[in-house]
Amino acid sequence: MSLLQIKNLHVTVGGHEILKGIDLKLNPGEVHSIMGPNGSGKSTLAQVLARRQTYEVTQGEVLFNGKDLLAMKPEEAACEGLFMAFQYPVEIPGIGNTYFLRSALNAIRKYRGEDEMDAMDFLPMFREKLKLLEMDEKLLNRSVNEGFSGGEKKRNEILQMAVLQPKLAILDETDSGLDIDALRIVAKGVNGMRSPERAMLVVTHYQRLLNYIVPDYVHVLVDGRIVRSGGAELALELEEKGYSWTETEARQTPVSA
Amino acid sequence: MTTAIQNVQDYLENFTEFEKRATGRNLPWLRRLRDDAFARFCEVGFPTTHDEDWRFTNVSAIARTPFLLKEKGKIQLSKKDLAGGAIEGAPAQLVFVDGQFVRECSHFANLPRGVTIAGLKDQIANNPDAIEAYLGHYLDTRRDPFSALNTAFAEDGAYVHVPRGIVLDGPIHLLFVSTAADVPSMMHPRNLLVFDTETQGTVIEEYVSLGSGTVLCNSATELIAGESATVSHYMIEREHKEAFNISTLRIQQGRSANVTSHSLLLGGGLVRNNVHPVLAGEGGECLINGLFLGDGRQHLDNYMHVEHASPHCSSRQFYNGILDGHAHGVFHGRIVVHKDAQKTDAKQTNRNLLLSDDAQIDTKPQLEIYADDVKCTHGATIGQIEENALFYLRSRGIDEISARRLLLFAFASECLDRMQPGAARDHSERLIHEHLLSVANHLPGQSSHTQTERSWEEVG
Repeated sequence: MSLLQIKNLHVTVGGHEILKGIDLKLNPGEVHSIMGPNGSGKSTLAQVLARRQTYEVTQGEVLFNGKDLLAMKPEEAACEGLFMAFQYPVEIPGIGNTYFLRSALNAIRKYRGEDEMDAMDFLPMFREKLKLLEMDEKLLNRSVNEGFSGGEKKRNEILQMAVLQPKLAILDETDSGLDIDALRIVAKGVNGMRSPERAMLVVTHYQRLLNYIVPDYVHVLVDGRIVRSGGAELALELEEKGYSWTETEARQTPVSA
Repeated sequence: MTTAIQNVQDYLENFTEFEKRATGRNLPWLRRLRDDAFARFCEVGFPTTHDEDWRFTNVSAIARTPFLLKEKGKIQLSKKDLAGGAIEGAPAQLVFVDGQFVRECSHFANLPRGVTIAGLKDQIANNPDAIEAYLGHYLDTRRDPFSALNTAFAEDGAYVHVPRGIVLDGPIHLLFVSTAADVPSMMHPRNLLVFDTETQGTVIEEYVSLGSGTVLCNSATELIAGESATVSHYMIEREHKEAFNISTLRIQQGRSANVTSHSLLLGGGLVRNNVHPVLAGEGGECLINGLFLGDGRQHLDNYMHVEHASPHCSSRQFYNGILDGHAHGVFHGRIVVHKDAQKTDAKQTNRNLLLSDDAQIDTKPQLEIYADDVKCTHGATIGQIEENALFYLRSRGIDEISARRLLLFAFASECLDRMQPGAARDHSERLIHEHLLSVANHLPGQSSHTQTERSWEEVG
């Protein structure tokens, strides 16, 4: 059974149709990349999967682990094993990083019928993950993302992913705003989490990230539709020819909406 | 008008009875203080919303209710009833039941030598000379009818005197308990806190209820901070929702004195919290920090009146409010900079979260500046729980109610962060936590209140 199955997904925002029939299937162990120009619907897809309620699904179905994902609240999707690394991680003054992440982990463990983790067990594990992402321990005592640089915020997303160990990780433009060193660290963190049980959906505008996180499949999203799918080499082709190449193709496909 | 006259008649009867038996009635200075204050109250009566200071708070429910002074000697309360009311790490706790000092329930043996701590009534009876120079010298009975009323009935409360150079380790806890009342009853606790030169200490005034019934608690505290004294004051209101609570804190700051006022309004039906510091000596600093959490039909009014009377003083006001249900919050921040108070640095910030469509906040800055070289800023925000932050927390597996509660606690903890670490702050943190657990247990649109509560305009 595939881990994520998207069938004919249509999504509108404020009366505008953004996704116009997406079909996609991810099996455990696979890394897929969604590439596309600005405004193509990449982030919308990521947010709908993470169950943001501002989007209206008008048609289609999404199965996550065989369950109806579109019927889930964000917290239920998370507890079922879905994780989205935000394009713009939110600053939350007054809530400590450590406290937040332990609360999240325990909420998920509780949902799965596991024992909650106390601070004594949590901290050593957390410290180890911090090291993996080359993050300063000082961040332990700071509020969630408050005063973090852009790079620190993105690393913090991957840190959370490393702690929460999801079945499906969606990375929403995790590369944007990262310098090459931060990009390498983030990629190392992500690659370290590739496993036969886990699938990843890497959403990006640029091919650069895919040099470090090499996907099994690449899909090109243009104007709310997947216009092309292929292997990792498709990303290189896209880099060479630019999105205009696929956009031309998209325009040649008749639009029914 | 008829109600006003009838009302003054009720108070006259109360006052006449009170004067016949009040401790200190034979002291000419104290008698004059009470008489003058009562005359002033009769002259002006209760304020109305036409008064600028009371524009957002209608006290007609208080004015219409015939309150009786709780009689002496009817208190039946054991230490057991008060269990849980203690603060760990407080070297002194004074318990007042219906406004009267209860020695059996209090302890204050662990204070440094030289510190005087007593019920005000005992102090008036035993050594009135020590307080004559302070009592009633600072509270503004001309402008505020409730202060006048308190002074007219001033008898019991706490008296604390910390002599020069003494540093108190833990907080002095003043616990005011109101008990069940068959008929509407009133009390007027009066506190006098005198901190001499180069002293340091913390005082917590906490108001709680045991049992229900309409009660008016109209307290007034004069806090004198001498030269270079560092004093923290906490006002914690957590009475039941039938309670009217009017409190006035009048702070007199000497040269280079540093005073912090923290207010925590969690309970009470109609609450008015007056904080009135006067920076009377050069180089004084004052921080006024507050948090008010209202739901149901609570009305929580914070009236600040910061007076800069000397040069080179700074004041900071930070008030955060969270309002749910039909709660109504008020923040009125008045800053007066006198003519000679050059180099004044005054700042005022009021931040509010409204959790329901029916919750309401009135926030009003009022700057009166008569000096020319000053820095005064003010700002207010009114918002809701940030959807982005809520989604972020939920996307990590935290359910919506817990996520909302976390965000509320984060907002509230801005006020906690301004408190010095220690017993008083730990106590405040615990109370805020418990309060949010008990109120923030529903999603917007679903009321947690099944019983209908009265609006204060409807009472009477």
